[in-house]
Amino acid sequence: MSKPLTFYIGTAVYYVICVVLAVIFAGPFVWMVSSSLKPPNEIFSNPPILISPNFSLDNYFEVFRQAPFERYMFNSFFVATTVTVVALLLHSMAGYALARLEFPGKRVLFILIISTLMIPFYTILIPLALLVRELGWINTYWALIIPAIPHAFGIFWLRQFFLGLPQELEDAARIDGASRIGVFFYVALPLAKPVLAALAVFFFLANWDSFLWPLVATNRPEMRMVQVGIQSFTGEHGNAWQLIMAASVIAILPTLLLFFGLQRFIVESVKMTGLKG
Amino acid sequence: MTEIELSAAEQTVKAAERGRARNGNRDRREQALVGYLFILPDLLGLLIFLVGPMLMAFVISFTDWRLTGVPEFVGLRNYEIIFKDPKFGASLGRTILYTIGFVPTVYCLSLGMAVLLTRRARGNFFFRTLYFMPIAMSMVVAGVMWRFMLDPGNGLVNQLLRAVGLPGFQWLGNVQSAMASVILVSVWKSAGYFMIILLAGIQDIPQDYIEAAEIDGASRWQIFWRIILPLLKPTSFFVLVILMINALQAFDQIYVMTGGGPAQSTYTLLMYIYEKAFREWNFGYAAAMSTFLFGMILVLTLIQVRYFRSGEVKQ
Repeated sequence: MSKPLTFYIGTAVYYVICVVLAVIFAGPFVWMVSSSLKPPNEIFSNPPILISPNFSLDNYFEVFRQAPFERYMFNSFFVATTVTVVALLLHSMAGYALARLEFPGKRVLFILIISTLMIPFYTILIPLALLVRELGWINTYWALIIPAIPHAFGIFWLRQFFLGLPQELEDAARIDGASRIGVFFYVALPLAKPVLAALAVFFFLANWDSFLWPLVATNRPEMRMVQVGIQSFTGEHGNAWQLIMAASVIAILPTLLLFFGLQRFIVESVKMTGLKG
Repeated sequence: MTEIELSAAEQTVKAAERGRARNGNRDRREQALVGYLFILPDLLGLLIFLVGPMLMAFVISFTDWRLTGVPEFVGLRNYEIIFKDPKFGASLGRTILYTIGFVPTVYCLSLGMAVLLTRRARGNFFFRTLYFMPIAMSMVVAGVMWRFMLDPGNGLVNQLLRAVGLPGFQWLGNVQSAMASVILVSVWKSAGYFMIILLAGIQDIPQDYIEAAEIDGASRWQIFWRIILPLLKPTSFFVLVILMINALQAFDQIYVMTGGGPAQSTYTLLMYIYEKAFREWNFGYAAAMSTFLFGMILVLTLIQVRYFRSGEVKQ
């Protein structure tokens, strides 16, 4: 039988396709890092060089000299972290209330919350900008943080999780004299850790990557978030690709670390977005 | 579990039931109080920063409102202008072109990769990680990086093309190819994400179905078309809706890569809305356009829902 032969051909084809796709999707990362380490005259060298013999970290120092990238990074860190922490707390509270507590109007509130998922961001962009201007929040962290917190998606997923908690766990705590609020903080919330971790990754990434809203809500350089920082840096250094690539590496470093460190949670959070309750 | 422990557990449950009955009224009040308290902050946030602005956008679309002026009610005039404005039609056309190019390409590619990775082979996890890596890069950085690699002179892509004897190409600098290039970059950025979703969907398909088909002598091809694809319908539906919504809102990569050029060949509706609102400060007209786009998305989503629900017996 010639089965082994076709099997080996099949496997070879399989791996060739896999490797080609891997080069397409991961290759650019390598090229980006490689370019960020090159002197300017080697950026477009012909033929292309992967590892320059003159390789150095100069571009990275130069980026920080030419633009306040440490400030951009801080802004993004501060905003993304604050949004994530506050959002997770508020969403778990709301999700818990919708799942485990009985009160009049609950169904209506749930439907109202879920229907906000349909609102696309660009539709509310203009009124939101006007509102933030009215509140005097332009060029403040308030403008970057507060509107990013409400998010029906997080409420929905935490509700789904709390719905699945066994009643006995709560009852036991209630008999020990815990109040409803106590049960939430000491019993329900600690059990939600896996969901919270996946949502945390989702919120952090979304806010780290956000561009259009920070572009609209800020115009002072010191309030720029990192994506806006990258964009404006490109505008000012049109041809200095070695610097732009160094800046880009700086901008994706935290998310890349998150990606490799917490990949399980990232996959979980993507699956969560993909599975409709 | 021993008998003593069991009865202890039973007693706990009984005590809980007794307690619940005794404190029924007080407990109901506590639940309502805590419930409202817990839901209030998020609810206020959603009302102030989502629902409110949504309604406001609708109202603003019926006004003439410039940066410094006072909004003036003009009825349907903005919507009338929409239909006469050639720039609106042209930019809407480009948005549709982008969507038509983007949605099927991402769907087919990510489905193909998901199917590829369901094969039981060594290195699957490793490859999945690599395909998925663009999720760690923002659209802005992806756009900037690809602009660098697509440089018409000695950009990496053109150098590689020349190395195999093909001519270099004006990827983003050419009216004919700029849109296609922007679409390809967006596909590159999104494919891994949707691959994960589709992969999860495929893995949810009961293995028995596939094994039964294999025993009956079905080829891989038949299994894909007759079993995997039909059973993947709910996931596919979700992915296609999300892709469409994403496509109609594409902004970051276009802003960064072409700024709408060359010769406005990548100037989509959202670029136009952005410019009208935040460069020309014409809020009324911009709000009317975004309301129009919202209505369009709503209608398209409903069409998709109907199409996918037909012949589907689910929940």
